[in-house]
Amino acid sequence: MRLGKAPRAEETGAFVQCQNCRKTLFRKEFEEALLVCPSCGHHHRLSGMGRIDATFDPDSFHEIDRELSSLDPLEFPEYREKLEGAMKKTGMNDPIVSGTAQLEGILVSVAVSDFSFMGGSMGSVAGEKITRTLERAASGGMPAIIFCATGGARMQEGLLSLMQMAKTTAAVQRCREAGVPFICIFTDPTMAGVLASYASVADVIIAEPKALVGFAGARVSKQAQVVKAPDDFQTAEFVLKSGMIDRIVPRREMRSTLARLVRMLGGGMT
Amino acid sequence: MAKSWKEWERPLLELEDLLAKARAALKTAEPEEMAQAEQKIADFERRRDNVVEVLYSRLGPWEKVLVARAEPRPYALDYIAAMFTDFIELDGDRRFGADHAIVGGPAMLSGRGVMVVGQQKGRNIQERQFRNFAMAKPEGYRKAIRLFEMADRFKLPVITLVDTPAADPGVESESRGISEAIAASIMKMFELRVPIVSVVIGEGGSGGAIGIAAGNRVLMQEHAVYSVIPPEGCAAILWRMPEKGAQAAAALKLTAQSAHEFGLIHEILPEPFGGAHRDPAAAAAIVKDGIERHLADLSKLSESELREDRYGFYRKMGRFNEVSRV
Repeated sequence: MRLGKAPRAEETGAFVQCQNCRKTLFRKEFEEALLVCPSCGHHHRLSGMGRIDATFDPDSFHEIDRELSSLDPLEFPEYREKLEGAMKKTGMNDPIVSGTAQLEGILVSVAVSDFSFMGGSMGSVAGEKITRTLERAASGGMPAIIFCATGGARMQEGLLSLMQMAKTTAAVQRCREAGVPFICIFTDPTMAGVLASYASVADVIIAEPKALVGFAGARVSKQAQVVKAPDDFQTAEFVLKSGMIDRIVPRREMRSTLARLVRMLGGGMT
Repeated sequence: MAKSWKEWERPLLELEDLLAKARAALKTAEPEEMAQAEQKIADFERRRDNVVEVLYSRLGPWEKVLVARAEPRPYALDYIAAMFTDFIELDGDRRFGADHAIVGGPAMLSGRGVMVVGQQKGRNIQERQFRNFAMAKPEGYRKAIRLFEMADRFKLPVITLVDTPAADPGVESESRGISEAIAASIMKMFELRVPIVSVVIGEGGSGGAIGIAAGNRVLMQEHAVYSVIPPEGCAAILWRMPEKGAQAAAALKLTAQSAHEFGLIHEILPEPFGGAHRDPAAAAAIVKDGIERHLADLSKLSESELREDRYGFYRKMGRFNEVSRV
């Protein structure tokens, strides 16, 4: 499995340390648990490919649009360097990995975000890949499944990034018209421009436990507040309680939950 | 770096002050002083025009931010009063509450009914608090959705006037789903079977702005700004120095001119000499003319063509390579 970066300690050794409870864990056991700490239940971040391996039928993923890569249309300070660094680190062109996959034998259009690539930020490439993922679902009569892990819109592409919010949201509307279900999963973190666009208009919204979910950066939000923020502010648990998402599903149950959902919601499709 | 429009326009404001005094003096002037007083006014006017010329020809991205935020700049309700012959404000999201950062309702534009939705700032402390600095809460966007739906039902073209620093980022807004409200409002705009013209009249502040700006046509006033993040916030992230807003404004390319270059807006609406706030009536006439021209254009499209036109405009936004770099 390509689960992605395990927690820092002893990257290649037999042991890893939980980022939350600091307990030393057997790497093998930790990876078998899909990077969920067997001791405290903390869900560590998965890489894009790790997420696909952890969720979809083995070897069923067919990547599309891998070649789409970023330009620097604004000639924004330090953007080129940041992109180069991220590409080198991850071997990817963009945080979004997209294509088709099978979920217990059902063909789905999928996109997953990898937070380790510039914080999973949505610029022109991510917006295009998400839009194509949704359009493929609509035109191919496939359910769409998107895993978010993002800080929001990519500042370095300015207004072009902001416009991806409108573009991707419009594509969700295409799925609705085509009658294909769109399921969105908020993983840690799902923020700002992505949360305030396609992610929040999915038919079904699921979050991973304790994922950070919010519109404004916690700092901005707390500065602006008149009301004291609750302790669980901007967590999956908070947005569930607020009525903004459907369920919190632990990682080991994600695959079967999604499979059951697409089987039932996609019932009208051949 | 000037921190406010007042600081940046100071030489101009001083001259305008002198001019106002000279004009007042003329009214009480003795007949034999008239010629001299008139001469003085003409002199101040000439000097003022020179300063406007100099200042406004050097309007960089940051100065545009200052002008876009200037308190005397006409706000949504000023444009509504100037452009429409009738307007009845409708309020409430029918779910939670009233929001005063977003205003809207039916209006008459040159003899035909339209639905207008705009973001409204305040000019003094009380007004600003009442309008929440034009930062709408979820109920504001949900009211907008209600008005968009009504427009669709009654076949009224929609006009949105965009002017907000951002959507409200507070705890209450989060718990009532500010993100969902913005996303749902954007999506609703894509569903409409009536023409939508959006005009950025001041600050187009990130998600808060696009929440009501997904029109068939998007127009921007010459000195309006439109950005993914406020320049101060960008500077704080980039250089940990919010005071470097001017550099960040330049980096973000947040001007109407850049937005037009990137194909993200249809037209730049010129502003009167010295900015919309120097002549609000003239500014409103230009905005109204822009709206009417684009509405006339869109009136040729069928309901499904209008939706396709809107989808097509946003669909092509973005700049990227089709060739892998890794």
